[in-house]
Amino acid sequence: MVQFLFRRIVLLAATFWVVSVLVFSLSRAVGDPRIMYLQQGSTQEMWDAWGREFGLDRPLPIQYLVWAGKALRGDLGISLWERRSVTEAIVERLPATVQLGLTTFLFSMIGLPLGVLSAVRRGSVWDYAGRTFAVLGQALPPFWIGLILILIFSVELEWLPAGKKEGLASFVMPTITLGWLSAAGILRLVRSSMLDTLDEEYIKLARAKGISRQRVIWKHAFKNAFAAPLAFAGLLLGGLFTGAVVTESVFGWPGIGRLAIQAVLQNDFPMLAGVILLFTLLYVLANLAVDVIHASLDPRIRY
Amino acid sequence: MLSPATSRWRTAVLVIRRWPIIPGFLLVVFFLSGALPHLIAPHGPTDVELRARRAPPVWMEGGTWKYPLGADLQGRDVLSRIVHGARISLVISASAISIGLVFGTAYGLVSGYFGGWVDETLMRILEIFLAIPLIMVALVIVIVFGQSFGTVIGIMVLFSWVPFARQVRAETLQIKALDYVALAKVAGASTQRILIRHILPGVANTTIVVATLHVGSLILAESILSFLGAGIPPPTPAWGAMVSDGRNYLGSSWWIAFFPGVAIFITVIGFNFLGDWVRDAFDPRLRQL
Repeated sequence: MVQFLFRRIVLLAATFWVVSVLVFSLSRAVGDPRIMYLQQGSTQEMWDAWGREFGLDRPLPIQYLVWAGKALRGDLGISLWERRSVTEAIVERLPATVQLGLTTFLFSMIGLPLGVLSAVRRGSVWDYAGRTFAVLGQALPPFWIGLILILIFSVELEWLPAGKKEGLASFVMPTITLGWLSAAGILRLVRSSMLDTLDEEYIKLARAKGISRQRVIWKHAFKNAFAAPLAFAGLLLGGLFTGAVVTESVFGWPGIGRLAIQAVLQNDFPMLAGVILLFTLLYVLANLAVDVIHASLDPRIRY
Repeated sequence: MLSPATSRWRTAVLVIRRWPIIPGFLLVVFFLSGALPHLIAPHGPTDVELRARRAPPVWMEGGTWKYPLGADLQGRDVLSRIVHGARISLVISASAISIGLVFGTAYGLVSGYFGGWVDETLMRILEIFLAIPLIMVALVIVIVFGQSFGTVIGIMVLFSWVPFARQVRAETLQIKALDYVALAKVAGASTQRILIRHILPGVANTTIVVATLHVGSLILAESILSFLGAGIPPPTPAWGAMVSDGRNYLGSSWWIAFFPGVAIFITVIGFNFLGDWVRDAFDPRLRQL
């Protein structure tokens, strides 16, 4: 376990390092950062002063170390568009994204019972309903789901607010938009691994011994069928981050995702770099957590 | 005894279940639109008719057959833009999946066949790649290299190669342990020959299955990029960008955003169903994919 943890941590640190090098190289590929920061009519003295402050007169690897050192201490530079510290802007927007992430996580968990139901009652109305839900979730474009929800529930019925974050009601549509795809993925995985598990001899034995159907399904089968969707949880989180960018853009949600889009539209590189580093960090930590849970639940897993 | 009508109905249901008729039909429409948009679409994709701005679809009050699905903010025909948009989706997804297939298959073959430190290194690189939030990288690439056809295809390839590499590696590991590969080695075949003549044909089925299963999600990814304004630059009709054009006019002119989304949905679901069918027909072992 210790060795496994160590290997995972090394790998994830490497991931983070690769992303930071990538972001840094791309940022220098855009050109000298002074071109973006300094207005026209700035003097040669200002140009040189900036050069010294950001270490731009030194070789690129040193520049990377300076940049990375600052980033590690939480200094991600100044946003070109908002003209203030990137860290400040991110910290301000983070809660909205995290809150939406939590409600979405809860929503996508409906894939678990639906998947079990679908497998246990194979071929029934429940199975068809569950599979339709999954098929739609994997084929409907998320931004379009969001817009159609707005059209129906905000514009026509005027039941739910759109375009602002106020109270619990405003979470409903963004959560469905963001969570449908992952709920669909979980449902499909749980269904297929439940079907495999229910076929096993030990399930038949348990039933033959006279253990109740409910108990066999939840205690015997579900526990073993849980491994496949859990391994998928890491990818699911990646999907959530991607989805956050889209969903926040559709609903005008004041989170990190919209900050990223704004940065792209305004060519605000320092801001985008900061958001990417943060997303990568969250993603890497979440994956580590999933790995640990996975390995401690399933003794068959040896890396 | 079943009545003839019932049994004919049953046969029809069975045939539809057995063969991918519905997805096949949807995809034929998609391919035709992509290949010959000017023959199908009533107007050009960028023909502007200011008097027809936000004209409603034909069945609504004030709609005409000239604009069957309505017209957008600049008076361009929504249906024609959807038909022409199929070409964008088709070209991008076909190029991205082909490049991803070639690269990913080569990656998986090398990794699986050589094993040892080569495999270890290549697989660690792949894991690092999986841990990068790709949508973010895509956005950076768009800022740095600008919006163009090439950029979008490049980004899509970043999304498409990984499943090929993983699946081909797993298959290669199995195949290289088979007797005929050992015999080929004993007979003095070169590594290159073994990889290309003896192992590649064995993984070909898998690559086809992976390709059909992933086209749908690639089309979805492309539409997301273009919805975010990071796809093919306007006025080229890309479906995602068309939905984005109409997003602020949902209350008054919902059709501008609605129909392009339906086009994405129909195409993706067509490919997803076809992918499931191809997988079951070629290789039922891949059910977990």
